[in-house]
Amino acid sequence: MITLTDVHKAFGPNHVLRGVNLEVPTGTSCVIIGGSGTGKSVLLKCVLGLVTPDSGTITVDDVPVQDGDRDAFLARFGMLFQGGALFDSLPVWQNVAFRLMRGALKRPKAEAREIAIEKLRRVGLSPDVAEKFPAELSGGMQKRVSLARAIAAEPEIIFFDEPTTGLDPIMSGVINDLIREIVTEMGATAMTITHDMTSVRAIADQVAMLHGGKIRWVGPVGQLDESGDAYVDQFIHGRPEGPIETLR
Amino acid sequence: MIGVLARLGAAVLGSLANIGRIAIFAGETVSHLARPPFYTREFLQALVQIGWLSLPVVGLTALFTGGALALQIYAGGARFNAEAVVPSIVAIGMVRELGPVLGGLMVAARVASSIAAEIGTMKVTEQIDALVTLSTNPMKYLTLPRVLAATLAVPVLVAVGDSIGILGGWIVGVTRLDFNSATYLRNTVDFLETWDVASGLVKGAVFGFLVALMGCYHGMQSGRGAQGVGRATKSAVVAASVLILAANYILTELFFSA
Ligand SMILES: Nc1ncnc2c1ncn2[C@@H]1O[C@H](COP(=O)(O)OP(=O)(O)OP(=O)(O)O)[C@@H](O)[C@H]1O
Ligand SMILES: [Mg+2]
Repeated sequence: MITLTDVHKAFGPNHVLRGVNLEVPTGTSCVIIGGSGTGKSVLLKCVLGLVTPDSGTITVDDVPVQDGDRDAFLARFGMLFQGGALFDSLPVWQNVAFRLMRGALKRPKAEAREIAIEKLRRVGLSPDVAEKFPAELSGGMQKRVSLARAIAAEPEIIFFDEPTTGLDPIMSGVINDLIREIVTEMGATAMTITHDMTSVRAIADQVAMLHGGKIRWVGPVGQLDESGDAYVDQFIHGRPEGPIETLR
Repeated sequence: MIGVLARLGAAVLGSLANIGRIAIFAGETVSHLARPPFYTREFLQALVQIGWLSLPVVGLTALFTGGALALQIYAGGARFNAEAVVPSIVAIGMVRELGPVLGGLMVAARVASSIAAEIGTMKVTEQIDALVTLSTNPMKYLTLPRVLAATLAVPVLVAVGDSIGILGGWIVGVTRLDFNSATYLRNTVDFLETWDVASGLVKGAVFGFLVALMGCYHGMQSGRGAQGVGRATKSAVVAASVLILAANYILTELFFSA
């Protein structure tokens, strides 16, 4: 279970998170929605300890994230970064198998490569991309390699920052199914950020909307359409008019 | 007046804080030497990048410097009828001062910039964050291999530069200044002491350490976007060059002031 309690984070005068409270039970999938620049990516980075919150507590299985063994803590996580964040000095398969070639999970090169190719297949990429370098791939392909890297070591907790942006509708469907599968079959806990309403409905058990630095609404995906919250309604239907201001 | 003082104070405090941060960074880097894992592949790659690929630049710099040095010392020596000192002064000047300093500065230009740009880009594109989430310490994986490689490779570069610089002096001496080749070489070898060479190599190691450290530090501190990386690169080269010259003075005081 991941618990965030009253988390605040500001970058200089830019007060991004203003008291976020959220609970994600183990083995469920939580999707975070919210306008661009509201701090969704920052929120995930706070949980991982990549960004230190100004105040508030974040616990994973009741242990505060900043306590204890960092390596052991991070070994439980996988993260797909919004920008991919592939290592451009390494070929694709070594990116995917990065964790399998060093440290605690180290295994023979041939085996790591085999696992990498299998993971690439699961995100719809053929084995011949394995030897290419990230810069030689299209944006959508890079995203999928990054996804393969996030799931390669079969982590218990996986964060996906916009897994389907830049993908065609069919590939988005494949990725949505994959994320769902990872949660239901492998029992992983997932937090996903997405702007794609089809993905929200396909992936989520629970949906949380971040607005104004706080969780504006949270509930089961089935109640998304009857949330009774004007902000959520405006957001999920993409209406320019409503309580969420748009600068024009 | 108060405003000027305040700004001066802020600048002093800022640079002191910076020195502190760099010292902590250096300490942390060195401390990783004692803690496994050690990334051998990254170390060997850094060795090739920093050592092997810097050879042409350092070699050419030394060759021309040695040649120019011979001409100047000959002209200067002629004023005291002491033209015969050319071989030994060229050798001593090259080995003690110019080899390490010019070699260090050329490596600073080539290596500090490329390290800072590479690590800065990795920072800006979240690759450093990705490393952390993949349970890999960026200091261990990126900084230590480069700093160690530079510390070991630059003395070797300096040794090569010394030899090529002396060669440059010899070429000019024999072709332009009518020195006898055998006499020139004998004078070079006879007057050179072990400590002359060794002190230059120690300087090289210190300069190599500083260059890679500045590249890594400024890369890791890089601001956001292409502009951030550009600034990091510039800062790395400037800091590395100034530190080399400052360290050179301090080491020369330590080694040679009676
Ligand atoms: N390292 C940082 N330094 C300064 N400001 C930052 C940093 N990271 C994020 N921000 C700021 O925090 C705010 C939220 O950023 P974040 O990336 O979390 O947005 P987001 O909700 O993920 O948006 P999007 O949907 O467009 O990805 C932005 O205003 C951004 O400028
Ligand atoms: Mg984001």
